[in-house]
Amino acid sequence: MIAALRCVIFRDLLLAARRNSDVLTVMLFFVIVVSLFPLGIGPEPKLLRTVAPGVLWVAALLASMLALNRMFAADHADGTLEQMMLGATPLGLVVAAKVFAHWLVTGLPLVLISPVLAIQFDLPRELFGVLVLSLALGTPVLSLIGAIGAALTLGLRGAGALLSLLVLPLYVPVLIIGAGAADAAASGLGGNAQLLLLGAMLIFAGAFAPWAAAAALRISVE
Amino acid sequence: MEKTPGIPSLEAVDLRCVRGERTLFEGLSFALKGGELLRIGGPNGSGKTSLLRIACGLLEPDRGEVRWGGESVRRLKEEFWARLLYLGHANALKDDLTAAENLQVACTLAGLVADGGKVGEALRSLGLAGCENLPARVLSQGQRRRVALARLALGGGTPLWVLDEPFTALDAAAIECVQDLIGGHVSRGGGVIYTTHYEASIGAAVSRRIDLAGSAT
Repeated sequence: MIAALRCVIFRDLLLAARRNSDVLTVMLFFVIVVSLFPLGIGPEPKLLRTVAPGVLWVAALLASMLALNRMFAADHADGTLEQMMLGATPLGLVVAAKVFAHWLVTGLPLVLISPVLAIQFDLPRELFGVLVLSLALGTPVLSLIGAIGAALTLGLRGAGALLSLLVLPLYVPVLIIGAGAADAAASGLGGNAQLLLLGAMLIFAGAFAPWAAAAALRISVE
Repeated sequence: MEKTPGIPSLEAVDLRCVRGERTLFEGLSFALKGGELLRIGGPNGSGKTSLLRIACGLLEPDRGEVRWGGESVRRLKEEFWARLLYLGHANALKDDLTAAENLQVACTLAGLVADGGKVGEALRSLGLAGCENLPARVLSQGQRRRVALARLALGGGTPLWVLDEPFTALDAAAIECVQDLIGGHVSRGGGVIYTTHYEASIGAAVSRRIDLAGSAT
């Protein structure tokens, strides 16, 4: 079973490496959106510092949504998904492995590059840690919730628009708490409460979302 | 190859399948024991693929159920699927992976242990020598089907095979090879259900055939 999960993760990473345009699109989108804000708002340092966590979080959320509908689509089209369903490993675990690989490819790069982008907003150094940590805890939650939406809309016409409508309300609490972490740290309150909440969300989503997505996939494939 | 352990029987009881507005079949029952070969026949759109998908537990029948050793396959789940090798219409190949990588992934997902040597051997036995390290993108339709079918060469220990149109896009030599694989599996005590429009000649002690009418309303 462990071999099968390792194989799924390795395979998805290998596919992403061989077809890296998908990954680069998400990354480029994030960088461009975040970089346009200082140009649009103007060089007022105080204002930029205030909006920085919010902008980075919104951009990360949109970027991760951009990659969602590809999570299961290719496997569905070529029949691999059926093989996964009829495999010896429970589908929920396979989905968890796929979501993890998806996050490694589309979420982790955003987390890693966010401090560099935060420099454009003149964000104080001491907030970098909180910002990166909030994104590191929050983006996997986005991928996990998104997996349920992607599974539900699999194979539908106009899946992209429907997926955004389904997933966005569920993303909002993550956005509020995630962006709030750096804000709270900036105001001197410390972002621990928000980070703990994000951690709790991650554990909750990690435990339940793969099984919900697996059940949705079975319905979509029927 | 090792002898396949005697399999509990697969039983379909009073199946009915409705797709859209049309009833494809109803009141369909059959049983399959180890060492038996079952061919599903019928014109296009008569529900052959749906029947196979119901037999695998991918699709829920509108009435009736499929049992494996007396227990519903929708309840057994992984316990049943670990004993099943399903080959669908789609080849489940990734264009960006090589033939060997594709086969390796397919086997690992199915819970089969397959090292590099065995994978290469299976591909060569299907006439794919020299293609092992080519990306699936550059393979022809027939070669892609062969890569998918190479799982059969490694799946001897899996008691039940469910094959949807295994012979499409294959040339005469490959058809012969696949017939031998199916015949060998049945003679070792495995069960095989398949659909085809091709008049295959597979040596099997017990060979039955179900024809779906297609025009049932």
